[in-house]
Amino acid sequence: MLDADFFRRWMTATAVSVEHEAERLTALDSPIGDADHGSNLERGFRAVTAALEKDGPDTPGAVLTLAGRTLISTVGGASGPLYGTLLRRTGKALGEAAEIDEREFAQALRTGVDAVMQLGGAAPGDKTMIDALLPAVDALGQSFAAARSAAEEGALATTPLQARKGRASYLGERSIGHQDPGATSSAILIAALAETAGE
Amino acid sequence: MKMLINVAETVVADALRGMAAAHPELTVDVENRVIVRRDAPVDGKVGLVSGGGSGHEPLHGGFVGPGMLSAACPGEVFTSPVPDQMVRAAAAVDSGAGVLFIVKNYTGDVLNFDMAAELAEDEGIQIAKVLVDDDVAVTDSLYTAGRRGTGATLFVEKIAGAAAEEGRPLERVEALARQVNENARSFGVALSACSTPAKGSPTFDLPAGELELGVGIHGEPGRERRAMMTSREIADFSVNAVLEDLNPRNPVLVLVNGMGATPLLELYGFNAEVQRILADRGVPVARTLVGNYVTSLDMAGASVTLCQVDEDLLRLWDAPVRTAGLRWGM
Repeated sequence: MLDADFFRRWMTATAVSVEHEAERLTALDSPIGDADHGSNLERGFRAVTAALEKDGPDTPGAVLTLAGRTLISTVGGASGPLYGTLLRRTGKALGEAAEIDEREFAQALRTGVDAVMQLGGAAPGDKTMIDALLPAVDALGQSFAAARSAAEEGALATTPLQARKGRASYLGERSIGHQDPGATSSAILIAALAETAGE
Repeated sequence: MKMLINVAETVVADALRGMAAAHPELTVDVENRVIVRRDAPVDGKVGLVSGGGSGHEPLHGGFVGPGMLSAACPGEVFTSPVPDQMVRAAAAVDSGAGVLFIVKNYTGDVLNFDMAAELAEDEGIQIAKVLVDDDVAVTDSLYTAGRRGTGATLFVEKIAGAAAEEGRPLERVEALARQVNENARSFGVALSACSTPAKGSPTFDLPAGELELGVGIHGEPGRERRAMMTSREIADFSVNAVLEDLNPRNPVLVLVNGMGATPLLELYGFNAEVQRILADRGVPVARTLVGNYVTSLDMAGASVTLCQVDEDLLRLWDAPVRTAGLRWGM
């Protein structure tokens, strides 16, 4: 069973990974975006860690809802609303239970991913975070480790795609050959989840 | 890349402190990043709020004041502001007559303003939105996020601002803003890439002998790269791209806009070429504005925006305005 502490540790682990990978994310964002994905997410997850310490939410749903709200309030750009919505809607779907099982979490995360797709209007293959998140949610039924592998493969598989959403879409064919920074940060989020679960 | 900054993290806050010191007629909330005209909310007047990433100065903070925007929200460099800033701005300028959000068509700006509109409406503020998408360099909107909002933002903010100042109601101001956007088209070129403070080096590699045609305002590469051209050739390419999409029957407003690092000497020379083409094509010019208005940090280059106007729009364009970046008639 997963409790509030598990989700707090997930968010902290994500913040650590994002800080660690910020330069790589920014480098990926440079040829097809505007070179700020790493610094924007770093600012957001730092704020998430601070908010969780200050408010001490005591259910899994409350942890993720607060994390999502904090991202919306601090990140800006497209990644603020998209990551914020992912976590906030996942948190809302978890309700007020003090503990949840892995199957319930997988369902809630799917709700969150659906909300991101609706908000951003992106479909699989558009070269966005969805290309990492959707395979991860599908694999979450097996294990956290499977979700991590699926997200990482999904992120790598964005390289040959042509972007159809966000700023990279303005490059047309020139977006081909670059790994999508949003899919990459999504893979980092899922990797931190597996790490938190000890897988 | 040498920059006149302290550290990248405080660039926006430092600029806001300096802006506050230079413009006592503005209320600048440095911590929450909202710039508001000092006399807001003005009784009975529709509020106009815009915002977007920093790095495009004077857009948008430089266009806050009587006759134009009521408030602006600057985000991080090239990053949309967050909904909290927009809600704060809306609350500061709403007199009960409602607030118009002027949003450039970039995914981040659109998503954050959408969220802000919901939150502001929860607080009882009536919100209308207009999306600016004037960039003809983006041709196939089925496969992109749609046309970008660039130079026409200035026309929308000025004309809608004048209409709000006259006391027109929210739905009329919104309709006018849409009308301006529908009649405006832009095309931009880059002679050099720009450098964001966070990265500290050019955002893309543009060799000395080449230029990018069809750029937006975020240092993103454009639609096509070619060997460097003369001012005349660039003007031909740019104005033709605009006129392919806009066939003006009425006179036009012309904005020859610098991207930040191109001197006025070059911009005026470029404008001479733009005016020559318009004259050759029989397009009457009502007014022309030349300068750095919608910039892209230290990018060299220029954009051309044409906006077809009727008598009402032209009168609103000529109406008095007093902002840091645009000022006439008062």
